[in-house]
Order: sequence, then C-alpha cells, then structure tokens
Amino acid sequence: MAAPLLSVRDLVVEFPTRRGVLRALDKVSFDIAEGEVLGMVGESGAGKSLTGAAIIGLLEPPGRIAGGEIWLRGERIDNFSPEKMRRIRGRRIGMVFQDPLTSLNPLYTVAQQLIETIRTHMEVSEKEARTRAVALLDRVGIPAAARRIDDYPHHFSGGMRQRVVIALALAAEPELVIADEPTTALDVSVQAQIIDVLKEICAERGASVMLITHDMGVIAETADRVAVLYAGRMAEIGPVRDVIQAAEHPYTIGLMGSIPTLTQTADRLTQIPGAMPRLNAIPRGCAFNPRCKDVYNRCLVERPELIAREGGRHVACWLYEPVKEAFNV
Amino acid sequence: MSDIPPKPVPNAVARAWDSDIAWSFRHSPLAIIAALVSVVIILAAVFAPWIAPHDPFNPASLNLMDGFTPPMEPNQFTGNVYWLGTDNQGRDVFSTILYGARISLFVGFMAVMFAMVLGISLGLIAGYRGGWVDSLLMRVADVQLTFPSILLALLIFGVARGFIPPAYRDAMAIWVLIVAIGLSDWVQYARVVRGATMVEKSKEYVQAARVIGAHPVKILIRHILPNVMGPVLVIATIGLALAIIAEATLSFLGVGVPPTQPSLGTLIRIGQGFLFSGEWWILLFPSITLLALALSVNLLGDWLRDALNPRLR
Amino acid sequence: MSDVLLSVEGLTRRFDVSKPWLNRVIEREELQFLTATADVSFEIRKGETFALVGESGSGKSTIAKMIVGLLEPSDGMIRFDGKVMDFASGAAMRALRRRFQMIFQDPFASLNPRWRVGDIIAEPIRTFGLLRGAEIGREVGRLLDLVGLSANDAEKFPHEFSGGQRQRIAIARALSSKPEFIVCDEPTSALDVSVQAQILNLMRDLQDEFGLTYLLISHDLSVVRHMANRIGVLYLGRLVEVAEAKRLFVEPQHPYTRMLLDAVPDLALSGRRRTPVTGEIPNPINPPPGCAFHPRCPHVMDICRQKIPAPRSTATGTAACYLVSGQTENVAG
Repeated sequence: MAAPLLSVRDLVVEFPTRRGVLRALDKVSFDIAEGEVLGMVGESGAGKSLTGAAIIGLLEPPGRIAGGEIWLRGERIDNFSPEKMRRIRGRRIGMVFQDPLTSLNPLYTVAQQLIETIRTHMEVSEKEARTRAVALLDRVGIPAAARRIDDYPHHFSGGMRQRVVIALALAAEPELVIADEPTTALDVSVQAQIIDVLKEICAERGASVMLITHDMGVIAETADRVAVLYAGRMAEIGPVRDVIQAAEHPYTIGLMGSIPTLTQTADRLTQIPGAMPRLNAIPRGCAFNPRCKDVYNRCLVERPELIAREGGRHVACWLYEPVKEAFNV
Repeated sequence: MSDIPPKPVPNAVARAWDSDIAWSFRHSPLAIIAALVSVVIILAAVFAPWIAPHDPFNPASLNLMDGFTPPMEPNQFTGNVYWLGTDNQGRDVFSTILYGARISLFVGFMAVMFAMVLGISLGLIAGYRGGWVDSLLMRVADVQLTFPSILLALLIFGVARGFIPPAYRDAMAIWVLIVAIGLSDWVQYARVVRGATMVEKSKEYVQAARVIGAHPVKILIRHILPNVMGPVLVIATIGLALAIIAEATLSFLGVGVPPTQPSLGTLIRIGQGFLFSGEWWILLFPSITLLALALSVNLLGDWLRDALNPRLR
Repeated sequence: MSDVLLSVEGLTRRFDVSKPWLNRVIEREELQFLTATADVSFEIRKGETFALVGESGSGKSTIAKMIVGLLEPSDGMIRFDGKVMDFASGAAMRALRRRFQMIFQDPFASLNPRWRVGDIIAEPIRTFGLLRGAEIGREVGRLLDLVGLSANDAEKFPHEFSGGQRQRIAIARALSSKPEFIVCDEPTSALDVSVQAQILNLMRDLQDEFGLTYLLISHDLSVVRHMANRIGVLYLGRLVEVAEAKRLFVEPQHPYTRMLLDAVPDLALSGRRRTPVTGEIPNPINPPPGCAFHPRCPHVMDICRQKIPAPRSTATGTAACYLVSGQTENVAG
C-alpha cells in the first residue's frame, strides 16, 4: 500500500479545566489512504468531532493538542503556525459542517463566497473563478446554477444549502474533505441525496473523506473503512463490511445490536448497560470495562492497545491478544 | 444505573464553596475587594447607631463651638478631636456619613426592590401571555425609556409632592423618593424578564407542566421565575449602585430627603457650600464614601454578570 | 368501537405567520397562514403503539401538541375514551388530564434545572392531589426504581445525570399520575444509539407491565418499525397512509412511503437497488395544489395536480393516493 494521505499517530487532545486536565482524545491513531472514505463513529462526547477539529487546527480553546503527530502527505502539520494552518484549510483540507446555516456567511451571495474561496487558493481570473463556481454548483445538483449563484444563502433550502457547502469545501480541490455530521440537520429523504453527492464528487476528484457521524447507516452506505471511538480512544478500526457485520470489540458488538433496523424482527434491542463515562471519570484499564460483559481482571488494570487482526482490522481489546507464549513453549 | 461511581454527597456549604460561582469569586481579586468595601460600608451603615461616636441628629449633644473642626486636629475652642472633622453646626462628619449612608442604602435597596417586583411581575406577564398584553406593556416601557430616568424621577417626585399635604411632606419624602426612583427603573427588569420568560416558556419543562394542567400562576412562579432570576440579580446589583447615585443626585438637587435626615447626597450638597471657604472635608469625605460604595457595588455587579455568563467561563 | 382509546377526526391546525400589522399595511400584504395539520383522522386502540412518522413540516408534533392540549385545534375533534376533549372546560378536563401524559424530545430541556428530581417526578402527583405527605416520597422512590434509577437520586438535580438518565426521569414523571395513554414526541432522537436502545426497551417493558397505549411521534423509520403496531405516514400536514406496521415496510402503498423507505440508509449492506430520491419538501405556507406530493411523485397523473386525494382503503390499511383505488392500475406489487 502506498503511503497514506493522512496519518494520525497517538493524538492526545486535552482540556485544562479548574478541576484538572480532561483528556478528550487519548492516543488516537489511524490512517486515511488516497481516495478513501473513512467513517468515524462514536457517541456524543466520544471525541469524533474533536479529532476532525484537531486535524484542521480548529480546536476550541482551551483545548489543545498535548501529544502525538498528524502527517498530511508526509508533512507534519500538527505543529504548524496558525497562519500556515490557515493556508492548508480550504486549499488542502476542505470542511463540511453539520449546520449549513452557520458555515455560509449570510451577508454574501453564494457567488461571492465561492469565487473568493477559489481565488484565495488558486491563481485564476475573476471570470475563470466564476465559471468554475457555476460548474461546481451544477455538479452538486443545484438546478439553474448559473442563475442561482447570485442568490444569498437564505434563499436556499436546507438541503440545497448543504450542497452549496459541499461545493465550497471542494472549490479549491482539496486532497481531504472532513465532513462533520453533514446530514444530521437534514430530513431522511434529503440526507440520502446529500450523501450521494458528497460521495460521488469526492470520488471523481480523488479526494479522501473523513466522514464523522453518529449514524451507522450513513457509514454503511458511504465509507470504505470505519473507526469506532469510545471515550476518546479508538476501540476498533477496519473495513466497513467487516466491522458492521462481524464486529469484534464488545462495544462495537453492543452498538451494532442496539440499532433498530428496518428488517429485524427481535422484540427487544440488545442493550449495553450504563452510559459512556464522562471525561473526568474514565475508569482505569479499558475505558469500556464497567459496561463490558466479557470483562476480566486484566481489563481493569491495563489499557489495551490496538491489536492487528486479519484483513487490516485493529481492535483495542484484550480478548484478541495473540497468545504467543502458548506456541513458544 | 451503576456506571457512575457513587460520590459522597457533599453538604450544602461544601457544595456552595465548590460551585462555579464561588470559584469564580475566589479567583477574582477585584470582586473580593469590591465585596469587602461594600460589606464594610453596608455593615457600618446598618450598625450606625452603635458605631457612630456622636448622634448628629440629637441637638442636645451638638455644640456649635465645635463647628468647622478640621480632621484630626483639636478644635481651637473645645479641644475636641474629630477623625473627619465637623461641619458648620459642629456635627461629626464621620457620624453623619454613617447615618447618611444608612439613608442612601435604605432608599437604594427599597427602590431596587420596588422596581424589581414591578418589573419582574410585568415582565413575566408580558412574556408569558404575549399578544396585546405584551405589546401594550412593552410600548409603555419604550415610551418611558425615551426619558432620562433622573428626569422621570424628578417628575414623579414633583407630582407626588403636589398630592401630599404639607404636614406630611417631610415624613413621606423618603417613600416618595423610593417610589420615584423605582418607577423610573422598572423597565429594564421588565424587558430582561420578558425576554427570558419567552425563552423559558417554550422549553419542554414548561410544556410538561401545562400538559398536567398546572395553573399559569404556579407555572410562572415555581417554574419560570427561578430560571429567569440570574440576569435579574445582575441588573439588580448594578441597579443598586445606580439607585444610590440617583438618590444622591435628587438629594443634591434639593428634591430628595429633607436636611433633617441627610443622605450622602444631602451631605454633598451641604458640603459643596463650604468647599471654597476652605472647609473641604465637609464635602470630600461624603463624596469618597458615595464613590466607594457605588463603584464597589457596580464592580460586584459586573463580576456577577461575567460569572453567570457561561460563554465567558 | 369499545377498544378505541383515542380518536381524531378532521384535525386541522393553522398558524398565523403574517408579518406584524404595520408591515402588512405598508407592504400591502394579505394575512398568511401556515396549515401545519390538515384534516387528519385516525384511531388509536387500547394497548397499542400507534406511530406518526414524517419529515420536518409534516405536522407530527403539532398533532401531538393538540392531543395533549398544548395547542388548540383550528378545526376537528379529539375523543379520549369516547369523551370529546374540550380543554377550555377546566373541571371536566381535570379528570381526563390525569389519564394521559407526554414524554418530550429533549431531556435537557424537559426537566426544570432548578428543581430536584424528586420534586420533578412528584409534580403531577401534587397537581392532581393523588397522594400526600410521606407517601409522595415513597412513590417517587418506587418510580425511580421502576425506570432503573435509585431512590436516592430524588435528592439530586437534573444536571447530575446523563441524557439517557434524564429521559428515564422524564418517563418516571410521566408515569407518576398513573396514565393510560402516553404521547411520546421523538423520545430518543436526542440520545445516542446505545442509550436509545435502553429507553426503547424500557418503554416496551412499561407498556407490557401497565398496559399503556402509546402515540409515538418520530422521524426515524427504524425506531417506528421497532416500536409500533400501526403507523401513520404524514406528508405536509396530511396523513398519506395508515397501515399495520409489519406490512407497511413490506408493501408500502403510497409513493411517498415507498420513497421514504428507500431513503433510509441500509445497515444490512444488502446492496438492494433503490430508486434515487428526488426533490425536497415544499414550503408548507404554499403547498402544491392537489396532492402535496405530486411534484416529487414518479407516478403523477393529471388528477393529482387538481384534487386532494381522499384516503382509500388498501390491503394494509388506508392510503390517500389515486393509484390505490380499484379503477387505476395497481402498482403496489
């Protein structure tokens, strides 16, 4: 396999508070290959949005990267100055946020915002930029793009606005698009369309996608690989089909069982007891140990690292530790 | 649910000490100083009859010979020493300040209370009922806001004096002053409470109470009121400083409390007459007290506003 | 008829969304109304879970609010256990109110942050005067226990709990007046999936234990599929289809239902072929004439643009579509 486009190694994000330092991300590692869609799932507070924010250098203070490295195409970017980071954002890493209303400036027309983004990052004439912008809007499925480009964001419906945001994210032809809950604010019938557009247009341009969402269904339909976060730690990462159909980490197994589907007939949903711990009360050892049905002594004292499994999967669970000693004797 | 380990239940004092607001207070030197100054002045005012070395309003204890004694110097006739000197009638300035602050604070507190009760009630009703009741109350408020409040207080004071028989004027002056300042000040409470009420009323906990048919008055008082008090307390603290200043202004203009019960404002008015004849202390010390009181209460209000604002935390 | 607990007939609600009077006069604009719910009729039987699904603007929450008396219907009638509900008459409603309750969407907004959990749960008990003195405390403890919390939690404040635990508290409050009927307005849409499963299971268990009847409002088809016996599908304020839950997902009758089912992301990775969804929900202030779904419907006919279709009976329930009548071609297979 070629070198990954994005490589995150042992990323640690901390929030100093008056009651001590909270560790919101704890040694998270993963890669995104060229042209790959990586799904990032987890419950609220698991740290999935923070991972995205850390990569693009938009952590809300007092949050800060306290450890680890982020590499974009062989270049370390986590220690870049804010100014250098600003030039990467938009140009090399595009962003799509949950709420299309807040990611568009209500005071400027769509044309102004698109053209400005294109011209900030590329040396093209105003006219050329406009042509590109119209083509882009057309591509993301805005009807009569040449006419509607001069409208203000509030003239568009929620779904259309999210299409504009996608166009904006892709305007400078970035290598990576980070989409943070891009469809959460939308209705199901619109959500399907937006996911399709995002997936197609990124595939066309060879952009990799980091898709952050709490919706396993969206991941199943969109992602190549999926990373499952729990309490700021990576629980499991692997090809989407394997993880969804044959999850290995007890948390992922419980999570998959707890999702009602259109086809299942069970009377009760599998439920994981309890709730994810707050950041100030993460237990010793494996963070999932109080809720795990397969917990044993080791889980209570020692934190499991990601263990490589077949087919490029990794699971952070002691149940899957290879038993070397048994064979060596 | 056993996921969160049971924490020892702290008692009320420990809980208050550990609360965000207490923490913010402990980490704000300005707030601590402001609170100290306010508390010292307020305690001194409340306990004035026990602290003050002289009773400045007992003509029997006054000696005109003591008049115009400078601070910390023996009087040339009687040899008495006064910390802050005396005024033209031989009254101890320190004692008059204590008694004056008492009046000033009383008027300030009562005016704020009056404005608060009026403003909160009208704000709650306007915000909860909406419709024409809301429109009417808010238009009245808008009209009132177009007048400077001190002018309005003057007007109310003047009109009220017109209705009160001369025999009761002096006795009623303080109460008229309280109503005048309070009436000119209710608008900001009403506006803030109305806005907060409109936010709270659409929240689901209020809807839950409506589903079971709880009485609107009960919903307003038990559900909404506690949740809109935060911003009200901030305005009330800053409002206290403003009310004290308003009272001082009115008394300075001569329409406030009568000289027989001087407030800090009255003392300043009296004192300014002696400034150019060299008896500066009669003006200076009441002025410093008023400044310290108004400033520290105001700073306290500013701190409270920041501390209660979750976005600045 | 005897086993119908709640019936709704021709329920309609219009909202005045006009600009303020002065603006209207100056800009010469007419009054504007938004019809959130139009002519909705359905019945809920004792002990069942009836679900209303729909996307934003479908009027599902408006219906829920009218049923519990938070909003007044502009037209139509609601019957509870055979009695017409008239929220204006205080005395008659008092007895009825005790028998129904509501669970809200946002557990962070539905509990008063200044109240202790015990007082929150006891509020219906006190309002209806069901118990007094120490009995209230005991009952609160029992209710907390019932929803999977501990009796000691009564002393705490809502902010000390997680979203799932707060929703349990809200459920305990809803149960405290011993109601027969509970309106659940998106009870799990603010929760994470693993917590959602706990709450859905709890709602199931409570239904079995107390014979509760639920009206479940949701936008999530899989939640509805899991919980409901019968389902009503709403589009732009009108009921387009009502069917038995099991059959709705297998043989959807209305084209909108079919589109909605196709839009749900497929977790099973079955790779099923789906008709791509087109278009967006129109503005409810100016809904399209005739069948509101006609601009997005793949089977649109002339009549759909002119006349609003009335509900017709189908193999699985009813559907408001010209395609399902006997004369037209049956495309359901």
